[in-house]
Amino acid sequence: MRQELNLRGNNALLTRANPLAKFVAVFLVTLVLALSIDLVSASTALLGELALFPLAGLTLRLLWQRGWPLIIAAAFGGWSTAILSANSGRVFLDVGIWSISEGSLTLGLGFMLRGLAIALPAVLLMSCTDPTDLADALAQKAKLPHRFVLGTLAALRLVGLVAEEWQTIGMARRARGVGSHGSPVQRFKAMLGQSFGLLVQAIRRASRLAVTMEARGFSGGQRTWARESTYSRLDAWVLVGGAVLAGAAMLAAQWAGTWHFVWLKQG
Amino acid sequence: MPSPDSGTAAVVRPAAISAQGWGWRHSGRATQAIHALDLDIRPGERVLLLGPSGAGKSTLLHALAGVLGEEGDDADETGSLLVDGESPRARRGRAGLMQQDPETQVVLSRLGDDVAFGAENLRVPRGEIWKRVHEALDDVGLKSSAGDGFALDHPTSALSGGQKQRLALAGILAMRPGLILLDEPTANLDPAGVLEVRDAVGRCLDKTGATLVVVEHRVSVWKDLVDRIVVLQPGNTSESGSTPAVLLDGAPDAVLAQARDMLIAAGVWVPGYIPATRARSASVGSGSTAGDEVLLSARDLAVSREPARRRGFKTIPPVPVQSGLDADVLAGQALTVTGANGAGKSTFALTLAGLLAPVSGTLSAAVGLSDGAGTDPFKWKAQQLISRIGTVFQEPEHQFVTGRVLDELMFGPKHLGHGEDRVDELLERLRLGHLVDANPYTLSGGEKRRLSVATVLAAHPRVLVLDEPTFGQDANTWAELASFLSELLDAGTSVVSVTHDREFTSVLGGTEMRLEAAFQGPRQKAGAA
Repeated sequence: MRQELNLRGNNALLTRANPLAKFVAVFLVTLVLALSIDLVSASTALLGELALFPLAGLTLRLLWQRGWPLIIAAAFGGWSTAILSANSGRVFLDVGIWSISEGSLTLGLGFMLRGLAIALPAVLLMSCTDPTDLADALAQKAKLPHRFVLGTLAALRLVGLVAEEWQTIGMARRARGVGSHGSPVQRFKAMLGQSFGLLVQAIRRASRLAVTMEARGFSGGQRTWARESTYSRLDAWVLVGGAVLAGAAMLAAQWAGTWHFVWLKQG
Repeated sequence: MPSPDSGTAAVVRPAAISAQGWGWRHSGRATQAIHALDLDIRPGERVLLLGPSGAGKSTLLHALAGVLGEEGDDADETGSLLVDGESPRARRGRAGLMQQDPETQVVLSRLGDDVAFGAENLRVPRGEIWKRVHEALDDVGLKSSAGDGFALDHPTSALSGGQKQRLALAGILAMRPGLILLDEPTANLDPAGVLEVRDAVGRCLDKTGATLVVVEHRVSVWKDLVDRIVVLQPGNTSESGSTPAVLLDGAPDAVLAQARDMLIAAGVWVPGYIPATRARSASVGSGSTAGDEVLLSARDLAVSREPARRRGFKTIPPVPVQSGLDADVLAGQALTVTGANGAGKSTFALTLAGLLAPVSGTLSAAVGLSDGAGTDPFKWKAQQLISRIGTVFQEPEHQFVTGRVLDELMFGPKHLGHGEDRVDELLERLRLGHLVDANPYTLSGGEKRRLSVATVLAAHPRVLVLDEPTFGQDANTWAELASFLSELLDAGTSVVSVTHDREFTSVLGGTEMRLEAAFQGPRQKAGAA
């Protein structure tokens, strides 16, 4: 699990861009997509995003491995919109309360593509951004308080340990006779106990880590940075790319006449 | 090799420590953790701090590092404790502290960044930081050009325990501290890791001349590196005259000669002394006696801690850390699993214990053990498991399920509906009688270990599996544990232990199974010890 978050070996172009620039670019695209439910803007953005994936060192296979829950969720969202939303146009299928019409199918498809087009940039961002670089950019460029940023970064490193600890505590408790067998109530109680054990260990570990950081002079005061977070020409291109993609999606929808704001009632 | 004048030696000014009547009470505690401490340590001195648990050794180190308590707490300080004539809190960064748990000594996820962290906080300029990082990694033997060194962006999570502690030392060195504080730095490490860390510390001290204060109860590891031993004793704050915190103070050989018996009684690992333990009774153990009943047998077993993984819709079995393992667990016999770190010893033992599913191969319980529950221990319900195979984990706290020592012991028997009568015997045998009402989390390390063994035995298992039972234990707990296990073996219980501890292995006797590092792979057979 921890290895998957590791970027070593990913030498793609976008890994060298400043995380803040990538963040802003992704934000622009997401903003446009959040404004309109329609097929054209979503599919334009999606096509553009898929074209960018090689730049982030992503392949379709890696995308599926990392993003499959999101992809499935988007598909389900589209499906349920298609069968549950109000009918318009020709009706293809009618089974009691569920029906699929031309209008609801378009809406469902739009919903699904929009979900994907919003979710995939997050996968893209994560797979070409090292958490350490992100923290550096947030503290040095976005001027967020470093005490908070570095504290979170250090805590993030412990998250991988928590998964291991959960497994160990589960086994240790089974060895005491607290099993994951029995009625749902018993299982729930066992789970609650295991969570409590995990919480106790997590707090202890966190406080030891806090002592370590404090003993190395960590505080809210001024500090220097061994790694300088810098902008390069690549970052300008990243921003331009984000703006172009967002603009293209909007213009395509305007041109096709499908653009409409989410808060306007479907007409 | 850096030239002598470019090294840290030129910049480090060793720190002086002075304590006068110093005492500290943690917030929420009734008594002082350390009391009436009078101690002067000259710049460049190397001091080993000894004393029973509860003498306030860790409290002193935290105070010297300036990380003890925060303003606004209701903690109490008496007397004075000064580093270079100033309060340690005001001089944070003057001292570097290393603690026991390697996982929490690493702050960042890339090797070089982690070393730089302390120097950044001390506002060292960027160019100077990287110079120090390279030098510090070189000093602790982790530099990329060295034999077992790494690149600066090497993931810190992929380091062994000993390497993590050396990395922590590098992070401390990059701060150029005048005082190095080590709080049981090697308690969680295997013997090779212990030497790795000790030697790295020695090299760095020789180079920088910094003052050293180390807390550790394995005296032989540090004896030749220090030039002074200070023995602390628990504070006594009764009105009728309080005892001073320092019991003995002097050159290592003098202190050890003078107080050998006292230190042994306090559970300190004095060099050249192996605590007396109960011997196995002669009738059992030679191997071919009629009582050799097989309880568990493993054939061609492959083990892994990882569960099968999901990749989209596909399920991928884990890569085993060990495979082709054959072993028999015999009644009244010990099976000791040894080998290097990362060889999969614990994973193998946890699989034997029915807590991990085998990746392939078979593990089957004989009728004498399974008693109608089926042959596969992993499929047993938790309650069926505990009365057949008991497992004691390396970290006792992982197994605590209640908030009181007595409840903890009664937990197994209550759920099984029998065996409550054995609890009193265990309480007495493992010296926990005076603690029945205490919260398990508040016990000392040795008490926690004894409790975790007692709770598992309360369910009367025929097989006992122990994962590194002697790690970080003082000599007294060690001897008690070894004697108690030898008694259980004579009574017919089977004991499987994962350990690096040669003395412990020889007390238990039986069979030793040595696992080699995983990638060498083929079949490993159990051979007689």
